[in-house]
Amino acid sequence: MWNSLSIVLIMIGMVFFIAGTLGLLRFPDVYTRLHALTKADNVGLGFLVAGLMLQADSLTTALLLLLIWVLVMLAGAGAGQLVAQAALQRQHPVAKSQDDGRGHD
Amino acid sequence: MSTPLLYALAGVGLCLLGLYGLIVYAHLLRKILALNIMGSGVFLILVALARRSGDSPDPVPHAMVITGIVVAVSATALALVLLVRFSAATGRNQLDDDEHSP
Amino acid sequence: MGAAMTEAGLFLLDLLLVLTLLCLAWWSLAATDLFKGIVLFIAFGLVLALAWVRLDAPDVALAEAAIGAGLTGALLLTTLSKLASSIDNPPAKRSSPVLLWVLLVMLAAVLGYAIMSLPQQAQGLADTVASQMGNSGVEHPVTAVLLNFRGYDTLLEMAVLLLALIAAWSLAPRAATSCEMDEALTVSPIVLALFRMLIPLMILVAAYLLWVGAHAPGGAFQAGSVLAAAGVLALLCGKRLEGRLAGWPLRLGLVLGTAMFVAVAAAVMVGGAHLLQYPLASAGKLILLIEAAATFSIGLTLAMLFSGQRPSRGPAS
Repeated sequence: MWNSLSIVLIMIGMVFFIAGTLGLLRFPDVYTRLHALTKADNVGLGFLVAGLMLQADSLTTALLLLLIWVLVMLAGAGAGQLVAQAALQRQHPVAKSQDDGRGHD
Repeated sequence: MSTPLLYALAGVGLCLLGLYGLIVYAHLLRKILALNIMGSGVFLILVALARRSGDSPDPVPHAMVITGIVVAVSATALALVLLVRFSAATGRNQLDDDEHSP
Repeated sequence: MGAAMTEAGLFLLDLLLVLTLLCLAWWSLAATDLFKGIVLFIAFGLVLALAWVRLDAPDVALAEAAIGAGLTGALLLTTLSKLASSIDNPPAKRSSPVLLWVLLVMLAAVLGYAIMSLPQQAQGLADTVASQMGNSGVEHPVTAVLLNFRGYDTLLEMAVLLLALIAAWSLAPRAATSCEMDEALTVSPIVLALFRMLIPLMILVAAYLLWVGAHAPGGAFQAGSVLAAAGVLALLCGKRLEGRLAGWPLRLGLVLGTAMFVAVAAAVMVGGAHLLQYPLASAGKLILLIEAAATFSIGLTLAMLFSGQRPSRGPAS
Protein backbone atom coordinates (compact mmCIF):
# COMPACT_ATOMS: atom_id res chain seq x y z
CA MET A 1 0.00 0.00 0.00
CA TRP A 2 2.58 2.54 1.15
CA ASN A 3 4.82 1.40 -1.63
CA SER A 4 2.30 2.13 -4.37
CA LEU A 5 1.41 5.49 -2.80
CA SER A 6 5.12 6.29 -2.80
CA ILE A 7 5.42 5.35 -6.48
CA VAL A 8 2.39 7.47 -7.40
CA LEU A 9 3.80 10.50 -5.53
CA ILE A 10 7.18 10.13 -7.25
CA MET A 11 5.47 9.82 -10.64
CA ILE A 12 3.50 13.04 -10.00
CA GLY A 13 6.78 14.70 -9.04
CA MET A 14 8.38 13.56 -12.29
CA VAL A 15 5.47 15.01 -14.30
CA PHE A 16 6.09 18.40 -12.65
CA PHE A 17 9.80 18.15 -13.44
CA ILE A 18 9.09 17.33 -17.09
CA ALA A 19 6.63 20.23 -17.30
CA GLY A 20 9.19 22.56 -15.73
CA THR A 21 11.90 21.43 -18.12
CA LEU A 22 9.59 21.87 -21.10
CA GLY A 23 8.78 25.37 -19.84
CA LEU A 24 12.46 26.18 -19.46
CA LEU A 25 13.09 25.10 -23.04
CA ARG A 26 9.97 26.51 -24.68
CA PHE A 27 8.96 29.69 -22.85
CA PRO A 28 9.87 32.90 -24.65
CA ASP A 29 11.74 35.05 -22.10
CA VAL A 30 13.80 34.91 -18.92
CA TYR A 31 10.91 35.73 -16.58
CA THR A 32 8.46 33.09 -17.75
CA ARG A 33 11.28 30.54 -17.86
CA LEU A 34 12.12 31.33 -14.26
CA HIS A 35 8.47 30.91 -13.39
CA ALA A 36 8.40 27.47 -15.01
CA LEU A 37 11.64 26.41 -13.38
CA THR A 38 11.15 27.56 -9.80
CA LYS A 39 7.42 26.88 -9.46
CA ALA A 40 7.35 23.48 -11.12
CA ASP A 41 10.54 22.28 -9.52
CA ASN A 42 9.48 23.29 -6.02
CA VAL A 43 6.20 21.41 -6.31
CA GLY A 44 7.80 18.53 -8.21
CA LEU A 45 10.55 18.13 -5.65
CA GLY A 46 7.89 18.31 -2.92
CA PHE A 47 6.07 15.30 -4.38
CA LEU A 48 9.36 13.50 -4.96
CA VAL A 49 10.46 14.07 -1.36
CA ALA A 50 7.05 13.02 -0.05
CA GLY A 51 7.30 9.81 -2.05
CA LEU A 52 10.83 9.14 -0.87
CA MET A 53 9.93 9.90 2.76
CA LEU A 54 7.53 6.95 2.64
CA GLN A 55 10.50 4.77 1.61
CA ALA A 56 12.80 6.09 4.35
CA ASP A 57 13.78 3.54 6.96
CA SER A 58 14.00 5.96 9.86
CA LEU A 59 12.42 9.20 11.01
CA THR A 60 15.81 10.94 10.80
CA THR A 61 16.18 10.12 7.11
CA ALA A 62 12.63 11.32 6.44
CA LEU A 63 13.30 14.62 8.23
CA LEU A 64 16.58 15.08 6.39
CA LEU A 65 14.73 14.63 3.09
CA LEU A 66 12.22 17.26 4.20
CA LEU A 67 15.09 19.60 5.06
CA ILE A 68 16.51 19.13 1.56
CA TRP A 69 13.19 20.24 0.08
CA VAL A 70 13.05 23.35 2.28
CA LEU A 71 16.66 24.24 1.41
CA VAL A 72 16.13 23.78 -2.33
CA MET A 73 13.06 26.02 -2.13
CA LEU A 74 15.04 28.70 -0.28
CA ALA A 75 17.90 28.48 -2.77
CA GLY A 76 15.49 28.47 -5.71
CA ALA A 77 13.65 31.53 -4.41
CA GLY A 78 16.89 33.41 -3.84
CA ALA A 79 18.48 32.42 -7.14
CA GLY A 80 15.29 33.07 -9.10
CA GLN A 81 15.02 36.54 -7.64
CA LEU A 82 18.68 37.27 -8.40
CA VAL A 83 18.39 36.12 -12.01
CA ALA A 84 15.21 38.17 -12.52
CA GLN A 85 16.87 41.24 -11.02
CA ALA A 86 19.95 40.85 -13.22
CA ALA A 87 17.69 40.44 -16.26
CA LEU A 88 15.76 43.60 -15.36
CA GLN A 89 18.97 45.57 -14.84
CA ARG A 90 20.17 44.58 -18.28
CA GLN A 91 16.68 45.37 -19.63
CA HIS A 92 16.16 41.93 -20.97
CA PRO A 93 13.09 42.16 -23.19
CA VAL A 94 9.77 40.84 -21.94
CA ALA A 95 8.21 38.76 -24.67
CA LYS A 96 5.02 40.08 -26.30
CA SER A 97 4.83 43.13 -24.11
CA GLN A 98 4.43 46.64 -25.51
CA ASP A 99 5.69 48.61 -22.49
CA ASP A 100 9.24 47.47 -22.29
CA GLY A 101 10.84 49.50 -19.54
CA ARG A 102 7.95 49.46 -17.16
CA GLY A 103 9.81 51.38 -14.52
CA HIS A 104 9.12 49.22 -11.49
CA ASP A 105 11.88 46.87 -10.51
CA MET B 1 29.90 -3.60 -21.10
CA SER B 2 30.23 -3.42 -17.35
CA THR B 3 29.49 -0.21 -15.46
CA PRO B 4 33.09 0.41 -14.26
CA LEU B 5 34.40 -0.05 -17.79
CA LEU B 6 31.86 2.39 -19.23
CA TYR B 7 32.78 5.10 -16.73
CA ALA B 8 36.50 4.47 -17.09
CA LEU B 9 36.25 4.90 -20.86
CA ALA B 10 34.23 8.08 -20.32
CA GLY B 11 37.09 9.24 -18.09
CA VAL B 12 39.51 8.64 -20.97
CA GLY B 13 37.19 10.66 -23.20
CA LEU B 14 37.16 13.56 -20.73
CA CYS B 15 40.97 13.46 -20.48
CA LEU B 16 41.32 13.68 -24.25
CA LEU B 17 38.72 16.47 -24.52
CA GLY B 18 40.52 18.41 -21.81
CA LEU B 19 43.91 17.88 -23.43
CA TYR B 20 42.57 19.04 -26.80
CA GLY B 21 41.04 22.14 -25.22
CA LEU B 22 44.19 22.87 -23.25
CA ILE B 23 46.35 22.85 -26.37
CA VAL B 24 44.03 24.37 -28.92
CA TYR B 25 42.24 27.22 -27.14
CA ALA B 26 44.25 30.35 -26.50
CA HIS B 27 42.14 32.10 -23.84
CA LEU B 28 43.74 31.32 -20.49
CA LEU B 29 40.41 30.89 -18.67
CA ARG B 30 39.48 28.24 -21.22
CA LYS B 31 42.81 26.53 -20.58
CA ILE B 32 42.03 26.44 -16.85
CA LEU B 33 38.59 24.98 -17.58
CA ALA B 34 40.21 22.38 -19.84
CA LEU B 35 42.69 21.43 -17.13
CA ASN B 36 39.83 20.93 -14.67
CA ILE B 37 37.97 18.72 -17.12
CA MET B 38 41.13 16.70 -17.66
CA GLY B 39 41.43 16.28 -13.91
CA SER B 40 37.82 15.15 -13.65
CA GLY B 41 38.57 12.53 -16.30
CA VAL B 42 41.46 11.17 -14.25
CA PHE B 43 39.26 11.05 -11.13
CA LEU B 44 36.56 9.24 -13.08
CA ILE B 45 39.02 6.56 -14.21
CA LEU B 46 40.29 6.08 -10.65
CA VAL B 47 36.86 5.77 -9.03
CA ALA B 48 35.50 3.61 -11.86
CA LEU B 49 38.38 1.17 -11.42
CA ALA B 50 37.76 1.12 -7.65
CA ARG B 51 34.22 -0.08 -8.39
CA ARG B 52 35.47 -3.40 -9.75
CA SER B 53 35.76 -5.02 -6.34
CA GLY B 54 32.15 -6.17 -6.10
CA ASP B 55 29.92 -5.22 -3.19
CA SER B 56 31.95 -2.60 -1.38
CA PRO B 57 34.20 -0.47 -3.57
CA ASP B 58 37.87 0.04 -2.79
CA PRO B 59 38.07 3.06 -0.44
CA VAL B 60 41.69 3.97 -1.20
CA PRO B 61 41.07 5.53 -4.64
CA HIS B 62 38.05 7.33 -3.13
CA ALA B 63 40.29 8.94 -0.53
CA MET B 64 42.82 9.79 -3.24
CA VAL B 65 40.15 11.45 -5.36
CA ILE B 66 38.80 13.51 -2.45
CA THR B 67 42.35 14.68 -1.80
CA GLY B 68 42.70 15.32 -5.52
CA ILE B 69 39.55 17.45 -5.71
CA VAL B 70 40.80 19.71 -2.93
CA VAL B 71 44.26 20.00 -4.50
CA ALA B 72 42.63 20.74 -7.86
CA VAL B 73 40.59 23.59 -6.41
CA SER B 74 43.72 25.04 -4.73
CA ALA B 75 45.65 24.87 -8.00
CA THR B 76 42.73 26.38 -9.89
CA ALA B 77 42.47 29.25 -7.41
CA LEU B 78 46.18 29.97 -7.78
CA ALA B 79 45.97 29.78 -11.58
CA LEU B 80 43.05 32.21 -11.55
CA VAL B 81 44.94 34.71 -9.37
CA LEU B 82 47.85 34.46 -11.84
CA LEU B 83 45.43 35.02 -14.72
CA VAL B 84 43.97 38.15 -13.11
CA ARG B 85 47.48 39.53 -12.50
CA PHE B 86 48.58 38.72 -16.03
CA SER B 87 45.47 40.27 -17.50
CA ALA B 88 45.89 43.43 -15.39
CA ALA B 89 49.56 43.74 -16.30
CA THR B 90 49.31 43.12 -20.05
CA GLY B 91 45.66 43.78 -20.87
CA ARG B 92 45.55 40.44 -22.62
CA ASN B 93 43.92 37.14 -21.80
CA GLN B 94 46.25 34.87 -23.71
CA LEU B 95 49.91 34.09 -23.85
CA ASP B 96 52.08 34.97 -26.82
CA ASP B 97 52.51 32.32 -29.44
CA ASP B 98 56.00 30.94 -29.54
CA GLU B 99 56.46 32.01 -33.14
CA HIS B 100 56.02 35.68 -32.27
CA SER B 101 58.29 35.84 -29.26
CA PRO B 102 61.90 36.71 -29.99
CA MET C 1 12.83 -10.74 -15.62
CA GLY C 2 12.41 -7.83 -13.21
CA ALA C 3 16.08 -7.97 -12.33
CA ALA C 4 17.10 -8.04 -15.98
CA MET C 5 14.93 -5.00 -16.68
CA THR C 6 16.39 -3.09 -13.74
CA GLU C 7 19.84 -4.00 -15.01
CA ALA C 8 19.05 -2.75 -18.52
CA GLY C 9 17.45 0.42 -17.13
CA LEU C 10 20.47 1.18 -14.96
CA PHE C 11 22.80 0.62 -17.90
CA LEU C 12 20.71 3.06 -19.93
CA LEU C 13 20.99 5.56 -17.07
CA ASP C 14 24.77 5.09 -16.97
CA LEU C 15 25.02 5.56 -20.72
CA LEU C 16 22.90 8.72 -20.54
CA LEU C 17 25.01 10.12 -17.67
CA VAL C 18 28.25 9.42 -19.50
CA LEU C 19 27.03 11.01 -22.73
CA THR C 20 25.73 14.06 -20.83
CA LEU C 21 29.12 14.40 -19.15
CA LEU C 22 31.02 14.32 -22.43
CA CYS C 23 28.61 16.74 -24.12
CA LEU C 24 28.67 19.20 -21.20
CA ALA C 25 32.47 19.09 -21.11
CA TRP C 26 32.65 19.82 -24.83
CA TRP C 27 30.04 22.62 -24.75
CA SER C 28 31.74 24.13 -21.74
CA LEU C 29 35.07 24.28 -23.56
CA ALA C 30 33.68 25.46 -26.89
CA ALA C 31 31.14 28.08 -25.70
CA THR C 32 31.75 31.46 -27.33
CA ASP C 33 30.60 33.28 -24.19
CA LEU C 34 32.94 32.35 -21.35
CA PHE C 35 30.16 33.00 -18.82
CA LYS C 36 28.09 30.33 -20.52
CA GLY C 37 31.12 28.05 -20.56
CA ILE C 38 31.55 28.40 -16.79
CA VAL C 39 27.86 27.78 -16.11
CA LEU C 40 28.08 24.65 -18.25
CA PHE C 41 31.17 23.63 -16.29
CA ILE C 42 29.18 23.93 -13.04
CA ALA C 43 26.45 21.76 -14.59
CA PHE C 44 29.19 19.32 -15.60
CA GLY C 45 30.33 19.14 -11.96
CA LEU C 46 26.79 18.44 -10.75
CA VAL C 47 26.27 15.65 -13.29
CA LEU C 48 29.66 14.28 -12.31
CA ALA C 49 28.42 14.17 -8.69
CA LEU C 50 25.58 11.93 -9.94
CA ALA C 51 28.15 9.73 -11.66
CA TRP C 52 30.01 9.38 -8.34
CA VAL C 53 26.79 8.19 -6.71
CA ARG C 54 26.35 5.60 -9.47
CA LEU C 55 29.91 4.42 -8.79
CA ASP C 56 29.14 3.95 -5.07
CA ALA C 57 31.35 6.85 -4.04
CA PRO C 58 29.06 9.12 -1.96
CA ASP C 59 32.04 10.77 -0.23
CA VAL C 60 33.43 11.84 -3.58
CA ALA C 61 29.96 12.96 -4.68
CA LEU C 62 29.69 15.27 -1.64
CA ALA C 63 33.14 16.71 -2.25
CA GLU C 64 32.47 17.16 -5.97
CA ALA C 65 29.13 18.91 -5.50
CA ALA C 66 30.52 21.30 -2.88
CA ILE C 67 34.05 21.90 -4.18
CA GLY C 68 34.26 20.73 -7.78
CA ALA C 69 31.03 22.33 -8.93
CA GLY C 70 30.25 24.93 -6.27
CA LEU C 71 33.51 26.53 -5.19
CA THR C 72 35.41 26.11 -8.45
CA GLY C 73 32.42 27.61 -10.26
CA ALA C 74 32.30 30.56 -7.85
CA LEU C 75 36.06 31.08 -8.27
CA LEU C 76 35.81 31.00 -12.07
CA LEU C 77 32.87 33.41 -12.13
CA THR C 78 34.48 35.94 -9.82
CA THR C 79 37.66 35.79 -11.93
CA LEU C 80 35.65 36.34 -15.08
CA SER C 81 34.12 39.48 -13.56
CA LYS C 82 37.65 40.84 -13.04
CA LEU C 83 38.65 40.27 -16.66
CA ALA C 84 37.85 42.87 -19.28
CA SER C 85 35.36 40.91 -21.36
CA SER C 86 33.56 37.61 -21.12
CA ILE C 87 33.14 37.23 -24.87
CA ASP C 88 35.77 35.30 -26.78
CA ASN C 89 34.07 35.04 -30.13
CA PRO C 90 35.10 33.12 -32.11
CA PRO C 91 37.11 31.19 -29.50
CA ALA C 92 40.72 32.13 -30.18
CA LYS C 93 42.31 28.94 -31.43
CA ARG C 94 45.71 27.78 -32.35
CA SER C 95 45.74 26.01 -35.66
CA SER C 96 45.52 22.38 -34.66
CA PRO C 97 48.40 20.65 -36.41
CA VAL C 98 48.27 17.09 -37.65
CA LEU C 99 50.71 16.23 -34.89
CA LEU C 100 48.11 17.07 -32.22
CA TRP C 101 45.56 14.74 -33.79
CA VAL C 102 48.14 11.99 -34.07
CA LEU C 103 48.95 12.48 -30.40
CA LEU C 104 45.28 12.43 -29.36
CA VAL C 105 44.46 9.33 -31.38
CA MET C 106 47.51 7.52 -30.05
CA LEU C 107 46.67 8.52 -26.50
CA ALA C 108 43.07 7.38 -26.94
CA ALA C 109 44.23 4.04 -28.30
CA VAL C 110 46.78 3.45 -25.56
CA LEU C 111 44.52 4.51 -22.68
CA GLY C 112 41.55 2.64 -24.12
CA TYR C 113 43.62 -0.49 -24.60
CA ALA C 114 45.06 -0.21 -21.09
CA ILE C 115 41.60 0.04 -19.55
CA MET C 116 40.06 -2.70 -21.66
CA SER C 117 42.88 -5.08 -20.79
CA LEU C 118 42.44 -4.64 -17.03
CA PRO C 119 40.68 -7.52 -15.27
CA GLN C 120 36.93 -7.05 -14.87
CA GLN C 121 37.11 -8.01 -11.21
CA ALA C 122 39.81 -6.70 -8.91
CA GLN C 123 39.80 -6.43 -5.15
CA GLY C 124 42.37 -3.65 -5.01
CA LEU C 125 42.99 -2.71 -1.41
CA ALA C 126 39.36 -3.15 -0.30
CA ASP C 127 40.07 -6.33 1.67
CA THR C 128 43.21 -4.95 3.28
CA VAL C 129 41.33 -1.87 4.45
CA ALA C 130 38.38 -3.98 5.65
CA SER C 131 40.66 -6.22 7.71
CA GLN C 132 42.36 -3.23 9.36
CA MET C 133 39.18 -1.25 10.12
CA GLY C 134 39.24 -2.44 13.74
CA ASN C 135 42.55 -0.62 14.25
CA SER C 136 41.49 2.67 12.71
CA GLY C 137 39.32 4.22 15.42
CA VAL C 138 36.53 5.03 12.97
CA GLU C 139 33.89 2.93 11.21
CA HIS C 140 33.86 4.52 7.77
CA PRO C 141 36.54 3.12 5.42
CA VAL C 142 37.15 6.34 3.45
CA THR C 143 37.67 8.34 6.65
CA ALA C 144 39.95 5.58 7.95
CA VAL C 145 42.09 5.80 4.81
CA LEU C 146 42.15 9.60 4.76
CA LEU C 147 42.91 10.24 8.41
CA ASN C 148 44.64 7.08 9.57
CA PHE C 149 46.07 4.66 6.99
CA ARG C 150 47.13 7.40 4.60
CA GLY C 151 47.13 10.28 7.08
CA TYR C 152 50.45 11.42 5.68
CA ASP C 153 48.82 12.28 2.32
CA THR C 154 46.13 14.30 4.01
CA LEU C 155 48.68 16.17 6.12
CA LEU C 156 50.59 17.13 2.98
CA GLU C 157 47.34 18.11 1.31
CA MET C 158 46.58 20.56 4.11
CA ALA C 159 50.02 22.01 3.47
CA VAL C 160 49.25 22.31 -0.26
CA LEU C 161 46.08 24.24 0.55
CA LEU C 162 48.05 26.58 2.78
CA LEU C 163 50.79 27.03 0.16
CA ALA C 164 48.22 27.87 -2.51
CA LEU C 165 46.82 30.60 -0.29
CA ILE C 166 50.27 31.99 0.53
CA ALA C 167 51.11 32.08 -3.17
CA ALA C 168 47.78 33.71 -4.02
CA TRP C 169 48.28 36.33 -1.30
CA SER C 170 51.79 37.16 -2.43
CA LEU C 171 50.54 37.70 -5.99
CA ALA C 172 47.33 39.55 -5.27
CA PRO C 173 47.27 43.25 -4.58
CA ARG C 174 46.46 44.17 -1.00
CA ALA C 175 42.76 44.80 -0.57
CA ALA C 176 41.47 48.29 -0.97
CA THR C 177 40.21 49.71 2.30
CA SER C 178 37.17 47.70 3.20
CA CYS C 179 34.77 50.65 3.46
CA GLU C 180 35.36 51.59 -0.14
CA MET C 181 34.43 48.12 -1.33
CA ASP C 182 31.31 47.85 0.74
CA GLU C 183 29.90 51.07 -0.64
CA ALA C 184 30.28 49.88 -4.20
CA LEU C 185 28.31 46.78 -3.39
CA THR C 186 24.53 46.82 -3.31
CA VAL C 187 23.09 43.61 -1.97
CA SER C 188 19.50 42.70 -2.58
CA PRO C 189 17.49 42.49 0.67
CA ILE C 190 16.30 39.02 -0.28
CA VAL C 191 19.88 37.79 -0.49
CA LEU C 192 20.59 39.34 2.90
CA ALA C 193 17.56 37.57 4.38
CA LEU C 194 18.72 34.33 2.79
CA PHE C 195 22.16 34.96 4.22
CA ARG C 196 20.81 35.36 7.75
CA MET C 197 18.76 32.19 7.44
CA LEU C 198 21.39 30.04 5.76
CA ILE C 199 24.57 30.86 7.69
CA PRO C 200 23.54 29.17 10.97
CA LEU C 201 22.17 26.23 9.02
CA MET C 202 25.38 25.88 6.98
CA ILE C 203 27.47 25.85 10.14
CA LEU C 204 25.16 23.19 11.54
CA VAL C 205 25.44 21.11 8.35
CA ALA C 206 29.24 21.41 8.46
CA ALA C 207 29.27 20.18 12.06
CA TYR C 208 26.95 17.32 11.11
CA LEU C 209 29.12 16.27 8.17
CA LEU C 210 32.20 16.38 10.38
CA TRP C 211 30.59 14.24 13.08
CA VAL C 212 28.95 11.75 10.73
CA GLY C 213 32.27 11.18 8.89
CA ALA C 214 33.32 8.72 11.58
CA HIS C 215 30.80 6.12 10.47
CA ALA C 216 29.16 7.30 7.23
CA PRO C 217 29.99 9.42 4.15
CA GLY C 218 31.17 12.84 5.21
CA GLY C 219 34.25 14.22 6.91
CA ALA C 220 36.58 17.16 7.18
CA PHE C 221 36.80 18.06 3.49
CA GLN C 222 33.08 18.01 2.86
CA ALA C 223 32.39 19.89 6.10
CA GLY C 224 35.17 22.37 5.33
CA SER C 225 33.77 23.08 1.89
CA VAL C 226 30.32 23.76 3.34
CA LEU C 227 31.95 26.22 5.75
CA ALA C 228 33.79 27.75 2.80
CA ALA C 229 30.49 28.12 0.96
CA ALA C 230 29.12 29.99 3.99
CA GLY C 231 32.19 32.23 3.83
CA VAL C 232 31.69 32.85 0.10
CA LEU C 233 28.06 33.77 0.74
CA ALA C 234 29.17 36.17 3.47
CA LEU C 235 31.75 37.76 1.14
CA LEU C 236 29.12 38.13 -1.59
CA CYS C 237 26.89 39.92 0.92
CA GLY C 238 29.65 42.44 1.48
CA LYS C 239 30.73 41.14 4.88
CA ARG C 240 34.42 41.54 5.57
CA LEU C 241 36.56 40.44 8.46
CA GLU C 242 36.88 43.07 11.10
CA GLY C 243 40.27 44.74 11.13
CA ARG C 244 41.26 43.30 14.47
CA LEU C 245 40.44 39.76 13.31
CA ALA C 246 42.16 40.10 9.94
CA GLY C 247 45.65 40.11 11.43
CA TRP C 248 47.08 37.26 13.46
CA PRO C 249 43.73 35.66 14.46
CA LEU C 250 43.06 35.00 10.77
CA ARG C 251 46.54 33.55 10.20
CA LEU C 252 46.15 31.38 13.27
CA GLY C 253 42.85 30.04 11.93
CA LEU C 254 44.44 29.29 8.56
CA VAL C 255 47.30 27.21 9.99
CA LEU C 256 45.22 25.58 12.75
CA GLY C 257 44.44 22.43 10.72
CA THR C 258 48.01 21.80 9.61
CA ALA C 259 49.37 22.69 13.03
CA MET C 260 46.98 20.34 14.83
CA PHE C 261 47.87 17.56 12.41
CA VAL C 262 51.60 18.06 12.97
CA ALA C 263 51.12 18.38 16.73
CA VAL C 264 49.24 15.07 16.92
CA ALA C 265 51.77 13.40 14.63
CA ALA C 266 54.62 14.58 16.84
CA ALA C 267 52.81 13.79 20.10
CA VAL C 268 52.30 10.13 19.19
CA MET C 269 55.99 9.89 18.31
CA VAL C 270 56.86 11.00 21.83
CA GLY C 271 54.76 8.07 23.01
CA GLY C 272 57.06 5.75 21.06
CA ALA C 273 54.84 5.15 18.02
CA HIS C 274 55.57 5.99 14.39
CA LEU C 275 54.53 9.24 12.75
CA LEU C 276 50.70 9.46 12.76
CA GLN C 277 50.34 6.00 14.31
CA TYR C 278 47.57 6.76 16.77
CA PRO C 279 47.23 4.63 19.92
CA LEU C 280 44.18 2.44 19.40
CA ALA C 281 42.29 3.59 22.49
CA SER C 282 42.29 7.26 21.56
CA ALA C 283 42.42 6.98 17.74
CA GLY C 284 38.80 8.00 17.28
CA LYS C 285 39.17 11.08 19.47
CA LEU C 286 42.45 12.13 17.87
CA ILE C 287 40.95 11.80 14.39
CA LEU C 288 37.95 13.91 15.40
CA LEU C 289 40.29 16.53 16.91
CA ILE C 290 42.37 16.72 13.72
CA GLU C 291 39.26 16.77 11.55
CA ALA C 292 37.63 19.57 13.55
CA ALA C 293 40.73 21.75 13.23
CA ALA C 294 41.12 20.80 9.56
CA THR C 295 37.47 21.62 8.80
CA PHE C 296 37.87 25.11 10.24
CA SER C 297 41.11 25.76 8.36
CA ILE C 298 39.86 24.31 5.06
CA GLY C 299 36.74 26.45 5.22
CA LEU C 300 38.71 29.58 6.03
CA THR C 301 41.41 28.91 3.40
CA LEU C 302 38.97 28.23 0.59
CA ALA C 303 36.92 31.32 1.46
CA MET C 304 40.11 33.42 1.50
CA LEU C 305 41.12 31.98 -1.88
CA PHE C 306 37.73 33.08 -3.17
CA SER C 307 38.20 36.64 -1.91
CA GLY C 308 41.45 36.60 -3.87
CA GLN C 309 43.20 39.30 -1.89
CA ARG C 310 44.81 39.78 1.46
CA PRO C 311 42.22 41.30 3.77
CA SER C 312 43.23 44.77 4.81
CA ARG C 313 44.42 44.88 8.35
CA GLY C 314 42.51 48.02 9.16
CA PRO C 315 44.11 51.25 10.37
CA ALA C 316 47.11 49.48 11.90
CA SER C 317 48.83 48.57 8.61
